[in-house]
Amino acid sequence: MNNKNYLRNLTIKKIIEKYPYTDSFFKEQGIDINKKDVKISELYENLTVDEKEDMVITAEELLNRLVSYIDNMQEFLGEKEEEVKNLSLLPGSDKDDKEENYEKININSGEVISIVGPTGSGKSRLLADIEWAARGDTPTGRHILINSEVPDKKWRLSGNKKLVAQLSQNMNFVMDLSVKEFLHLHAESRLIENEDEIVEKIIIKANELAGEEFADDVQITSLSGGQSRALMIADTAILSSSPIVLIDEIENAGIDREKALDLLVGEEKIVLMATHDPILALMGDRRIVINNGGISDVIETTKEERNLLEELKVIDEKLYQLREGLRYGDRLPSFILESLYDNKEQTG
Amino acid sequence: MNLVTFSGPPSSGKTAVILKTIKAMQQRDIKAGVVKFDCLYTDDDKLYAKEGIPVKKGLSGSLCPDHYFVSNIEEVVQWGRKKDLDLLITESAGLCNRCSPYIKDIKAVCVIDNLSGINTPKKIGPMLKTADIVAITKGDIVSQAEREVFASRVSTVNPKAMVMNINGLTGQGAYEFSTLLYDKEENIETVKGKELRFSMPSAMCSYCLGERRIGDEHQLGNVKKIELGDKDE
Repeated sequence: MNNKNYLRNLTIKKIIEKYPYTDSFFKEQGIDINKKDVKISELYENLTVDEKEDMVITAEELLNRLVSYIDNMQEFLGEKEEEVKNLSLLPGSDKDDKEENYEKININSGEVISIVGPTGSGKSRLLADIEWAARGDTPTGRHILINSEVPDKKWRLSGNKKLVAQLSQNMNFVMDLSVKEFLHLHAESRLIENEDEIVEKIIIKANELAGEEFADDVQITSLSGGQSRALMIADTAILSSSPIVLIDEIENAGIDREKALDLLVGEEKIVLMATHDPILALMGDRRIVINNGGISDVIETTKEERNLLEELKVIDEKLYQLREGLRYGDRLPSFILESLYDNKEQTG
Repeated sequence: MNLVTFSGPPSSGKTAVILKTIKAMQQRDIKAGVVKFDCLYTDDDKLYAKEGIPVKKGLSGSLCPDHYFVSNIEEVVQWGRKKDLDLLITESAGLCNRCSPYIKDIKAVCVIDNLSGINTPKKIGPMLKTADIVAITKGDIVSQAEREVFASRVSTVNPKAMVMNINGLTGQGAYEFSTLLYDKEENIETVKGKELRFSMPSAMCSYCLGERRIGDEHQLGNVKKIELGDKDE
């Protein structure tokens, strides 16, 4: 607690100079930072009973918290030095206590892994094991390694630093802010230095993913489904603190799914994707099959399957054209199967 | 017996989180019971009973729910011991955001939800600031960015707390959370002599005693006036 005694003797102004992020700490704690030339202990001297009550904590406790906050933040800022390069799963057991059918699954950053399995088979449990950096202490008994080592406990404890970011179908924006304001808010919470640049990059990338373009001064709550998802993905890829991204299906509307995955992979994320859509599943390098609470198989996407993926994309493109046709009042053709073959010859 | 106090704003998902947590504990053969504190009405006791969880409810009626809580907590602890519980959870609603039912040396959990707005962590007083664990709910319906911003605001207000995301509907995170609540070594026999972490919201004025008339001449005791001065004019 050397730091504590050191902080005790500094004025608030000096503390903010030394640790600029403490500015928001003081604000959130309800401290009037206009009175900058006082020390924390002095801050409490001239308060009325009511004001003291509003502070909730004593000067000593405020100091303790400030120390914790600075420690958290320094750890958070030092994050880049210890990148998550790979994630390994060690087997546990399924719902019948049968050992899982694999020795070790290694996933490197920049890889896309699909997760398939019927509803209730244990996909969420797998995700939860990863998120909690399991050490044989969850119902499956699985172990998670990060960079081949038992992960630090901080992944469990810290509010700022979680292993897994999640993207799912029923997520919405709820804040009443414009796209730009919103991204700045997120960037601020991450203590990003080149805020303007990053925010601009996210907006450009999101627009590349979205079928319909949007401006940076639109309210996030008024974006279409596709635009929202595009913004969420671009934001998660570029600005999220979590090295692993879990995607729970990406609906095939208003968003370029392949580009979305490319963006995440390009930002060196580990991408796990729970899906039943063959196009998405085959975009993964491998797929983990889950059954009865355990991993029953790990399948490498074969050359043949990649071939199928190309055909599926042609069908997908055709369906997209039909949807667009409908939208603009076209009459639809009576046959499309033949034109699919034409398309295939053209593209492949 | 272990004792954990839960609190959080109304509809933040306390009951859902507790239900999922107890379910996870039942897998580990830990017997948990709940005492639900509320003001005028609650049906939540039925939800617990339906899951076979020993439950009691207490309605504070016209009293400050916090004061009601602290005046009854010892009896509640003795009820839990009589029921032979491994873990007793008390659940109380933080109706005025100034609530503070936590007790020193007794684990304290605050449940708060992602939908409540990013300024909420700042608005909630000791209930959030003095909690040991903050459980954030409804993360499945807001964006990743909003979850991150919200969690970071919570950590700024209470940097010592452990912050967890828990889904009260699917139970995601509840198993992990449950491992933090129960400690085999801990045995609370009584809370007599223990202290609250923070003073409770207080008032001793004529309105506490049933006064209904409005006007200065009817206001006695601990009365606080809003500042409407001409400061900025």
